[in-house]
Amino acid sequence: MIPKEIKSYFPILNQEVNGHPLVYLDSAATSQKPIQVIEAVSNYYNLDNSNVHRGVHTLGNRATDSYEGAREKVRKFINASSTQEVIFTRGTTTALNTVASGYGRQNVKEGDEIVITYMEHHSNIIPWQQLAKEKGAVLKYLNLEPDGTISLEKVREIITPKTKIVSMMYVSNVLGTINPIKEIARIAHENGAIMVADLAQAAPHLKIDVQDLDVDFAGFSGHKMCAPTGIGVLYGKKALLEEMEPVEFGGEMIDFVGLEESTWKELPWKFEGGTPIIAGAIGLGAAIDFLEEIGLDNIAAHEHKLAGYAMDQLDTIDGLQIFGPRDPMKRCGLVTFNLDDVHPHDVATVLDMSGIAVRAGHHCAQPLMKWLQVSATARASFYMYNDEADIDRLVAGLRSAKEYFGDVF
Amino acid sequence: MSFNNLDQLYRSVIMDHYKNPRNKGALEENSVTIDMNNPTCGDRIHLTLKLNDGIVEDAKFDGEGCSISMSSASMMTQIVKGKKLDEALELADIFSKMMLGEDFDDEKYDLGDVEALQGVAKFPARIKCATLAWKAMEKGVNNENK
Repeated sequence: MIPKEIKSYFPILNQEVNGHPLVYLDSAATSQKPIQVIEAVSNYYNLDNSNVHRGVHTLGNRATDSYEGAREKVRKFINASSTQEVIFTRGTTTALNTVASGYGRQNVKEGDEIVITYMEHHSNIIPWQQLAKEKGAVLKYLNLEPDGTISLEKVREIITPKTKIVSMMYVSNVLGTINPIKEIARIAHENGAIMVADLAQAAPHLKIDVQDLDVDFAGFSGHKMCAPTGIGVLYGKKALLEEMEPVEFGGEMIDFVGLEESTWKELPWKFEGGTPIIAGAIGLGAAIDFLEEIGLDNIAAHEHKLAGYAMDQLDTIDGLQIFGPRDPMKRCGLVTFNLDDVHPHDVATVLDMSGIAVRAGHHCAQPLMKWLQVSATARASFYMYNDEADIDRLVAGLRSAKEYFGDVF
Repeated sequence: MSFNNLDQLYRSVIMDHYKNPRNKGALEENSVTIDMNNPTCGDRIHLTLKLNDGIVEDAKFDGEGCSISMSSASMMTQIVKGKKLDEALELADIFSKMMLGEDFDDEKYDLGDVEALQGVAKFPARIKCATLAWKAMEKGVNNENK
């Protein structure tokens, strides 16, 4: 169960927007931050701020302990086998780019294949598109089933011994679909390919076990899981990270510098050039403590329930089309939809005037929009702090939007 | 629910242009083509202009987008037709000022339907919707004016 007082942990939710109590339904874009995270960051700046792994002084030690302590929290959170496999990045985009320009450049050759899907976020398309262009490799897109899910049969067809990298999102930011990445990783490995998982929409909502999923690399962002913006994680299997060259040079990642040759620190610092995002990492550690206190299983169950309720309620609106699988157990807590004749931007503006925040646009997934044959959609996404009353407000807002646009036409 | 502030955004003349766009389609012969999109939201416009002897002889647009972007495109094509190139550019400048809530010369041109878009200035998230077509026109005319 989600505690009743959950909203009280999120100070931002307690406000009026355009004369109405705020209903925040845009957590898939970024989640709100609980007071526990805000305090962890402000305590760090008030008491411990210092650079890490450098100073002999006390503040430096405190900052280093907190920063590395956060790494251990992340390790446990995703069940990595060692903190050497946990690299702090700016977010999922940086994590995926690091894999493409590090592992990808070293291992992909002309004629090799990289497999992604039509539902990917731009951040899990373009790094591979660029790599394929540079190397003369082939980028293959896995087609989706009509309900926006993935068929393992088609996965078996598209992955071949020529495939070097398979990269896929665990949870779709548009369709909400939870993809069978564990099975897909097995198929990738049978064909000698590595499996990269985009966990951006999964880590906030589902219990992640990278060893059980057996993915080779994974990336996620702190800001979608109650942590500050600007901090994220690249997970990689140690053996692969050891072989991989750094992609950013200088600062924190340096071991010894000569005039002609230099050497790097060991993992994970080899991939953390420059002064790291210390406050962000500490905030992420606090967010993980918070999520674990609430319980990831509770969060997932709450969201399945809300997704089911939202779809049932949205279905009562004439001319509303829902995208993605209808079984709430096959999806996370978000619903993407379009309202007949009313463009999603107009829907979002009308809802905003009622204090309801939703996302409208292509959700950084233009190939998926093309696949869905729409130019844009509206999306309501939920987190632990949303409840049925929020969805009732959304449905009432959509009815007014329909009425409003019906009247003016 | 009452939406008084929404009425500033969605005036009936805007809705009329959205539902019955003027100059929809594409010019085929001797025309300048500009494709532009709004990367944050996916709105896109395909604008064709017939520029002759320093005059915008004809303009048509095609595209996908919200009521604000498509009605603005419709109004833009309506007002620039028959204007000299530098007048068209001046109108784009006036429109941009209108969107930013800055002072502009409202005497020089009869802005007609375009004035209905003034309310967009109060909705910062929607200004880019309104300016897309005008930016496309500016680009097309500027290329010709070089």
